[in-house]
Parts: sequence; C-alpha cells; structure tokens
Amino acid sequence: MASAAPVDDEATLVAQLRAGDEAAYEQVVRAYGGRLLAVARRIVGSEEDARDVVQDAFMNAFRSLDRFEGNAKLSTWLHRIAVNAALMKLRTRKRKPEQSIETLLPGFLDDGHHEERFKSWEEPVDKMMERAENRELVRKQIDALPEGYRTVLVLRDIEGLDTEETANVLGLTVNATKIRLHRARQALRTLLAPHFRSAES
Amino acid sequence: MKCRELAEFLNDYVSGELAHETRTHFEFHISKCKNCHEYMVQYQVVIKAGKIACDELSDEMPPMPEELIKAVLASRPKN
Repeated sequence: MASAAPVDDEATLVAQLRAGDEAAYEQVVRAYGGRLLAVARRIVGSEEDARDVVQDAFMNAFRSLDRFEGNAKLSTWLHRIAVNAALMKLRTRKRKPEQSIETLLPGFLDDGHHEERFKSWEEPVDKMMERAENRELVRKQIDALPEGYRTVLVLRDIEGLDTEETANVLGLTVNATKIRLHRARQALRTLLAPHFRSAES
Repeated sequence: MKCRELAEFLNDYVSGELAHETRTHFEFHISKCKNCHEYMVQYQVVIKAGKIACDELSDEMPPMPEELIKAVLASRPKN
C-alpha cells in the first residue's frame, strides 16, 4: 500500500508548525497519521477508539509544539504522544471480559513433556525480519491475539512500558500482567510457527 | 524440572528474574532437552520479531483515511 510522503527537513517543518502554517499541519498529519493510527489500533483494539486516540494525539501535539525539542525526531515525539493518548483511552474505558487463549498455548503429556516436537525456524530473527512480508505477518498475528493479551504484549514488548506501569494502566495486578505477557508471547509463537519453520527439518 | 515447569519459568528466565536455585535447574534441563531449547529460542525470537515489525519509525503503514485527516485538521488548535 502507498505510504505518505516522507518528511525531508523536520527542522523547517517544525518551524512552520510553530508559525501556524496550515500546509505544514496537513503535511505532518499526512506523513505520520498512518503509523500513529496503526500504533493506536494495536493498543486500543477498536477502530473507533483508535481514531479518537489519533485525533487526541494530534491535538495534544499541536498544542505543545513549544515543548518539542529539536534534537528529538518528530516521529518519535508524535509516537510517544500517541501512546500516551492510547493509554489514557485504556484507563477510561470499561474493561472487556477476558477472551480465552488456551488453544494457542503449548500442550503437555501426562509425564510433563511437550506434546509437540518443535521444528527449528529457518533463519535468524534479524534475517527473517528483513523481509517486508514477514514484518507484515508478525503485525497481523499480533493483531490476531485475544484483546487483553495483545494489549499487554504491545505495551511491554513493543512500547517498552515496565510491568508496574502496564498493570496500572490495565487495572491488573503485577502478577496477572506477567502471566498475560507470558501467554501472549507463547500464543504469538504458536501463530507464527507454521510460517517460520524450515521446510526440511 | 519437567518441560511443563520449564515453559512456565521462561518469562522469568529471559528477564533475568529467576531465583538462583531454580535457574540452575532450568539451565540443567535446557542443556539436555533439545525440544525445550528450541522452544526457548523461538520464544525469544517472537519478542524480538514483534519489536522489529512494529518499529515506530517504519513507514510501511497505510495512510490515514481521508476523512480522519480532515477531522484532525478541522480540530487543530488555532493560534
């Protein structure tokens, strides 16, 4: 799919934004909106909430332009604002009932051994992730995780929040958050395995 | 330690939070059990793959829908 035109000169763009230049606002929204919407969707799940989050994020960003420091990247700064807006959304919304993840967890025999013999994956992770179709696949499978698990995985492993922060935002105990993260990673492994295992092993 | 227990401890192991004694049992098991070793490798790959796939600087995401762009622009604070 086509992506928005990249921004070549951030410093000039920021100066134009600060001066209230309307074309600059539009350029920023077009250039970064798509990825902020993707981040918001990944955290809050629903399309409607994600759109609210993006609106809030841009509003907050445009209001606090004077707090943007020139040595940061505009994309990183906007990303952080969008994550915060998404967290705010999670805090204020009613919690949904937990979905089951059992079928995506590893099974064990009575003697405690794994039911499955794990076939090795074809390439080292860096090599695998050089390919756009694999990056797309991983994003898709993250989105396919049951809601409460996806959110924990995204906040901890992707956005880098610590366990306490994540627990706090989601209204979970620290222990429940750890368990969910562990299950989410295991489930994601199960979802990715058929695509990543090497043909000959 | 059985494979089942090892799988439960993976999270704490990869984050370095496993108590010394449990860690010793964990590492002993994994040095002998190829299947658990493979499982742990894949568990770690998954963590890294997620990070790379969702890199905030990636420009692989589809653009924002036009009506949302318009809504954002319409609600921007005016100086």
